[in-house]
Amino acid sequence: MELLVQQLFNGLTVGSVYSLVALGLTLVYGILHIPNFAHGALYMLGGYVTLTMMLLWGLNYWLAIVISILVIGLLGVLMERLVFHPLRKAPPIHDKIAAIGILLFLEALAQLIWGADYRTMSTPYGQVINIFGITFTMQRILINVGAIFVMVMLYLFLKKTFVGSAIIAMSQNREGAHLVGINTNKVAMLTFMISGGLAAIAASLSAPINLVFPGMGHLVVLKAFVIIILGGMGSIPGAIVGGYILGFTESLGATYISNDYKDLIAFLLLVIILSIKPQGLFAKGGH
Amino acid sequence: MQAFLNQKTITAAFILLAVAFPILTQNNYFIYIVTLSFIWMIGVYGLNLLAGYTGYLSLAHAGFFAVGAYSLGILTVKAGINYWAALVLACLITSFIGLLIGLIALRTKEHFFAIYTLCVGYILYLVIYNWESITGGVRGLIGIPAPSNIGPISFQNPLSQYYLVLFFLLFTILMMYRIVHSLSGRTFIAIRNSEELAQTIGISTMKNKLVVLVLSTFFAGLAGALYASFIRFIGPDIGYITITFDLLMYLLVGGIGTLAGPIVGTLLLVWVSQYLQFLQDYRMLIFGPLLTLIIIFYPRGIVGAIYSWKMKLGKKAKRTSDRGKSSGHDKGTGSMAEKKVEEG
Repeated sequence: MELLVQQLFNGLTVGSVYSLVALGLTLVYGILHIPNFAHGALYMLGGYVTLTMMLLWGLNYWLAIVISILVIGLLGVLMERLVFHPLRKAPPIHDKIAAIGILLFLEALAQLIWGADYRTMSTPYGQVINIFGITFTMQRILINVGAIFVMVMLYLFLKKTFVGSAIIAMSQNREGAHLVGINTNKVAMLTFMISGGLAAIAASLSAPINLVFPGMGHLVVLKAFVIIILGGMGSIPGAIVGGYILGFTESLGATYISNDYKDLIAFLLLVIILSIKPQGLFAKGGH
Repeated sequence: MQAFLNQKTITAAFILLAVAFPILTQNNYFIYIVTLSFIWMIGVYGLNLLAGYTGYLSLAHAGFFAVGAYSLGILTVKAGINYWAALVLACLITSFIGLLIGLIALRTKEHFFAIYTLCVGYILYLVIYNWESITGGVRGLIGIPAPSNIGPISFQNPLSQYYLVLFFLLFTILMMYRIVHSLSGRTFIAIRNSEELAQTIGISTMKNKLVVLVLSTFFAGLAGALYASFIRFIGPDIGYITITFDLLMYLLVGGIGTLAGPIVGTLLLVWVSQYLQFLQDYRMLIFGPLLTLIIIFYPRGIVGAIYSWKMKLGKKAKRTSDRGKSSGHDKGTGSMAEKKVEEG
């Protein structure tokens, strides 16, 4: 029983990280219909920027995260301006290839700047808490609370503010949004900014329990793709629910089935889902 | 007619150059590099048929390449089967796996297909990595035999291996030429341009796409099998996603959806990579932005750029000749339209 609860908690933690990454992906997909393969690189750079800020400048963990969000957000905007904007009228295959080009570049850049070593990020929240015989580390609790906080804020932003409604309007119908006077360029840039920021938050929160290295984004972003297919491409609640489903499945699968093949679970899930429903589970109509 | 003759002579010249190359250089290192790029070319041609002519971007081709390589390795090292039988079997196994995956994967479209195949590629890699009893896991397979003799011809030295690989490359190119210029090739291009439209004129898109995927994986498997017997050692890394990206880059730089593209791109990039060896892992600092820039400014690569440049010249020449005689007009546009179809 204790093992089960412990694993459920782990699943919740992993799921939170997945959800945050998938949210960034799904936002970009919803607005621009680009599967941003470079999102993993943004995630990885987010981890590195936070780490560097803490080590080099000796900044506080939270301040480092804020800087990381800004840096990665701006990087996202830069990507949109320089690459995806010129390609907005090109066939869909071009966006994907361009995104792969960015991914390769950013990974090589990270390796050049920080080296290929695995690094650990120390956290000010290393305490261990014991509740009913189950141990939690503060950092893991922080991940859960932080992720939920970010999700709620994002929800409020999208639903209650004017700019948020503009983003939703554009994901529903680009031309329509343009007709009622929404500046689609600005919204696209803003979306990339948010997407990058979410990746930076996810990486900064999860880095202390994982490691920071140039390839850290590979698996996470692949799983995030699985999640947004699971949750319907472009659907925000779908990304959150899908993230937690995958988190739980993985942590339970690793305990009760096989630890070696736990990374396969996500992909098998995807293969099964797409075999039955080629458009994803909660696909929206229209596209 | 003249353009066709021209093309024919150019092709013949290139084949002659390829045949004479080892005699001209006498440098074993160069021969080694060119042989290796020939092997990659075969794989790139496979990818080209699927991504370039049919419009389905598969990100699992490194996985298929690895399946071909491992099939050959396992069949010859562990099962002790004759090399040539193993080579044929390796190609068949790869295309069979391609068929199975295609049955599911091809129900998806565009982004879904790319993401799906990305995941399939990762599954293939993980299976190879984790299935230690068969694949040797992270240590890989050692001691894969070189091609066994055919009568008096042996394939032990680099020179004979070069000609063997060249033979397979020419076979691949011939196949591609025949496919692309056949009715099936036109059908594939129709699917690429608009799948709905292709369906409305009575094309069974699923069947055609499946044929393309099987052919495409066949060539990926052939390239993998040749790679295994050329390098004599394989590890799980050859199935990793970076290899897919390499193949994709060769294809894009050369020209996606063109027949000459894979040759130009692979030769150029493998050659440049040799000069950039001091950069090692950092070569992507150059190739990554290159890939992005090419897709923005020259979406059809070097060969595509040459084509459009030629077409522009042709237009100019036509305009000047039109002033002389107006009767040549129809013929000019006719042959131009033909050319447009030729390059797909």
